[in-house]
Amino acid sequence: MTKIPVHLDINGQHHELQLEPRVTLLDALRERLGLTGTKKGCDHGQCGACTVHMDGERVLACLTLAAQAEGRAITTIEGLAREGELHPVQAAFLDQDAFQCGYCTPGQIMSAVACIREGHAGSDEEIREYMAGNLCRCGAYPHIVAAVRQAAQEFAS
Amino acid sequence: MRDFSYLRATSTDAARRAAALPGAMLLAGGTTLIDLAKCGVAEPETLVDITHLKGLDRIAVDERGATIGALAKMGHVADHADIKSRFPAISETLWQAASAQIRNMATIGGNLMQRTRCPYFRDPSNFSACNKREPGSGCSAIGGVTRGHAVLGTSEACIAMYPGDLATALVAFDAVVHLGERKLLVDDFFLLPATTPDREHAIEPGEMITAIEIPGSAAARRSTYLKIRDRQSYEFAAASAAVGIEVEADGRTIRDLRVALGGVATRPWRARAVEDALRGKVLEPETVRAASLLAVEGAVDHGANHYKIELAPRVVARAILKLGETA
Repeated sequence: MTKIPVHLDINGQHHELQLEPRVTLLDALRERLGLTGTKKGCDHGQCGACTVHMDGERVLACLTLAAQAEGRAITTIEGLAREGELHPVQAAFLDQDAFQCGYCTPGQIMSAVACIREGHAGSDEEIREYMAGNLCRCGAYPHIVAAVRQAAQEFAS
Repeated sequence: MRDFSYLRATSTDAARRAAALPGAMLLAGGTTLIDLAKCGVAEPETLVDITHLKGLDRIAVDERGATIGALAKMGHVADHADIKSRFPAISETLWQAASAQIRNMATIGGNLMQRTRCPYFRDPSNFSACNKREPGSGCSAIGGVTRGHAVLGTSEACIAMYPGDLATALVAFDAVVHLGERKLLVDDFFLLPATTPDREHAIEPGEMITAIEIPGSAAARRSTYLKIRDRQSYEFAAASAAVGIEVEADGRTIRDLRVALGGVATRPWRARAVEDALRGKVLEPETVRAASLLAVEGAVDHGANHYKIELAPRVVARAILKLGETA
């Protein structure tokens, strides 16, 4: 199939790519732009490893065509830290030791940032419900909940 | 995933015309379609992207009811203050569905077009027989692993379960789907598999869902969705019930009752027999439990899914009694 021009706005930077229409945002990020922080887990929208923000809302890059992302502001895990300083959610994941192998972590963190912003981190129960789309094979869930709780409290204070 | 050409629609009419061409499909949130394209189930030649259309994502709620644009996101509808207060069951079906990420992508119109999760349907490379995919090829599920398959509305051609939550509440509250000018009860929009399981919706080529309208009612205002699952969250229903109730001034006699089942049937399943049996009756646990058994009248199991026939009436009864406590 002929390639089409796709303009993407990733972490505030403009990119122009020539892509087959079937290329997902996830593959464009990883294979074309070298932004490998966004992980490919199931590639079917079941694990959350590929979570990014589109116009500030968390979405799955594996089920989004790159072409659909045109005109939207995309933020990936690489775009979270500011001037070398970790985002508070990133810092909370370190504080709480909220990972083991780390593969799901970028997706967990992107999801957590949005979860707190949406106002869905009011209790541990609510955090578990609204973080349910991010699976952790290592089972680090209690520490992940603790990290989201800590970051939510920091934002509230 | 086979490649396709990509068209970005600039108007609803252009989208409808483009999607009517052979091999073309509408693309909204993509959470079903892109997934199924990766599975080799959907093989579109052209995708007509409608996510950039303006004005189709409005949510308007007043005394008469709610009108929700086809491109409104599931997550936005779930969190909408007036939907939560006037149609609690609608909000509950939405926030209990999928994950937060998927709810930010998936649209209300696309939600109605969601396909079954039948593992045989989703796996063409290992299971060539599927009447839903290839009419006349047979059914791999019958005689296979059936724990997640339907017990109501099945046929000899197909036992695939309808997996959605929202439509369960929509049929309970007589919602109407807008296909441009044409309007259709959501209850009539979903088709039984019968001998043509490949045809799931009463939508014609060249038509596109533009909105869903839900009439306001006392029963919709006092409603809930109870979803029982194998795990606590991010899972399809083992059995679920959307229930709404209106009681007389005495606070205990049922004036209006709405009951629909999810997770057990080949389509969203209104349980009118339960409603008819309880209308005019006093809300009491024994009466409610006995009437709830009518929810699975005519159910047929395929072995491993037998539990659904026992579970569904209990879910219905618990949902009704839970609402009764708030009387």
